[in-house]
Amino acid sequence: MNDQSPLLSVRDLKVWFDVKPQGAMPWTAADKLKAVDGVDFDLMPGETLGIVGESGCGKSTLARAIMRMVPSEAGTVLWLGNDLLTLSKRDMRVHRKEMQMIFQDPLASLNPRMTIGQIVSEPLKTHHPNLSPSEVKERVREVLDRVGILPNMINRYPHEFSGGQCQRIGIARALIVKPQLIICDEPVSALDVSIQAQVINLLMEIQEEMGLSLIFIAHDLSVVKHISTRVMVLYLGNVVEISEAAQLYRAPGHPYTQALISAVPIPDPKAHENKEVLILDADLPSPLDPPSGCVFRTRCPHAIAECAQSKPPLTERGNGQQVACFVL
Amino acid sequence: MALLEVRDLSVHFDTTDGTVTAVDKISFDLEAGETLGVVGESGSGKSQTVFAIMGLLAQNGNATGSVKLAGDEILNIPTSKLNKIRAEKIAMIFQDPMTCLNPFLRVSDQMAEVLTHHKGISKSEAVRQSVELLDAVRIPEAKKRITMYPHEFSGGMRQRVMIAMSLLCKPDILIADEPTTALDVTVQAQIMQLLDDLKKDFGMSIILITHDLGVIAGSCRETLVMYGGQQMEYGTTRGLFEMPTHPYTMGLLKAVPRLDIETERLATIPGSPPNMMNMPKGCPFSPRCEFADERCSTTRPTLDGVVGRKVRRRACLKSLEELV
Repeated sequence: MNDQSPLLSVRDLKVWFDVKPQGAMPWTAADKLKAVDGVDFDLMPGETLGIVGESGCGKSTLARAIMRMVPSEAGTVLWLGNDLLTLSKRDMRVHRKEMQMIFQDPLASLNPRMTIGQIVSEPLKTHHPNLSPSEVKERVREVLDRVGILPNMINRYPHEFSGGQCQRIGIARALIVKPQLIICDEPVSALDVSIQAQVINLLMEIQEEMGLSLIFIAHDLSVVKHISTRVMVLYLGNVVEISEAAQLYRAPGHPYTQALISAVPIPDPKAHENKEVLILDADLPSPLDPPSGCVFRTRCPHAIAECAQSKPPLTERGNGQQVACFVL
Repeated sequence: MALLEVRDLSVHFDTTDGTVTAVDKISFDLEAGETLGVVGESGSGKSQTVFAIMGLLAQNGNATGSVKLAGDEILNIPTSKLNKIRAEKIAMIFQDPMTCLNPFLRVSDQMAEVLTHHKGISKSEAVRQSVELLDAVRIPEAKKRITMYPHEFSGGMRQRVMIAMSLLCKPDILIADEPTTALDVTVQAQIMQLLDDLKKDFGMSIILITHDLGVIAGSCRETLVMYGGQQMEYGTTRGLFEMPTHPYTMGLLKAVPRLDIETERLATIPGSPPNMMNMPKGCPFSPRCEFADERCSTTRPTLDGVVGRKVRRRACLKSLEELV
């Protein structure tokens, strides 16, 4: 780690949802679904933190909780020294322009009844209402040009664009307020391979130019490894490992990370011949009734008795690698 | 004679804006016991190709050409005859298992229906055989779980139910249309291994359709690359990945980030896939191809070589020497 202070520092963040059990009476107490259960991490300026995990592990909920789009149960989210979770709505709005989000479904995240120009300029109208129309127009042109959308297209509607182009428009909308952090929630999962590479390259270029920090959520480990400085692995709302991207793939510390990485098919027939795939037994346990102690122990090939008793803490393993496991 | 012989298969759709050609003169052979991978981006016509083979095209679609199963023509034959082939000779599994299973029926009823309909056996015998197959696809406590409804299964388990259901009549060919796209990587690994094992146990052929080059590399001996409704390249998977000879295959392989290799910047294919309403006159890939010249935009290349030979075939006007 360097001696810069972190841009974002999340401590013991918990997001719990109330779920009524089946056939519950109106007065029955709701069960708690622990979507995110005690997550800690720091994000440095200019860094890309990748978040990976299977569906239902809390990746998206974590991102939404940081943006305060879902209420959190406990914890702190320090953004440049301010705890976002205790701010009033009005004060929060000031910080929202410093952090923006890009979503998975490019077409669904754009309003079909607004033109591209309106969509991209809307954040400016909210956050910089004093700008003159000509200044707004200038900034829209500039940012659309940067993401590779021709400025003469600003009067078209989202349905006239392809998936890749819509994702570029989503990126332009996030960039226009000059944020310091962009949270990308599965930004390339819906795109074809050839288009995916274009969008990844664009994101990486923009990050370098503007010195942005990125939180990059994806289920595709190859993509996450390519774009990230560090990677955080989530399992049932818990962090099981945080590590430098290259280190994580070279020497995964947690049994879950090992299984996850071995399961990724490599596009090279030769690589498959001498590759051992660690097949995990059974399915993901229900987040409503997670296993005691280590949440991964029910599927872990190395589990010992201790794993059932207490939750393993994230411990430093050198090389900036933190692993939550008693055994390995 | 190959088990399945597809010759000049084309699929057209009549729309209010004119005729759209989704698949343009596809020819390939599938041998018994072979796994053929079909890879391509969305809109490349890979799904419509197998829908045409199965007689599942939408109302406004029509298929031309020839599809022979063990020597008998099966393209555009009457539904009554096709029903004898579906499930019994060729079965299919789809991307989203939830939309393919009937949410109102117990798994036991849905599975037994296939057997009582096709084999005319009693319901209790059909259920007994269904349980056997659920065991074969490694669903724990199959006997108990067969009475559950589809929503009580997880995504991976539902896909296993789908696979078990497709194998009930012991088909010769299994068509898997993006079987793991909706699943997590760990579950994907389970399902792909299961398909490999089942292929050996049942001795069937598989046509595996996917956009994931990693999945292709892991399970297919031969691979067909499609783009814009046409065949771009065909060859052994190993050869294709080691030395792609078509500009599209080359670009595709360079554009995927890889876990095992460090790359600074991903190579990209400029532009976006063609609009099916307005296909380029020549090679469908020519507007995005770095090697394309005037000839490519006016003349449509076809796959060279002979169908059925397991050698590299490519549809490109440029010679290999020109592609460097």
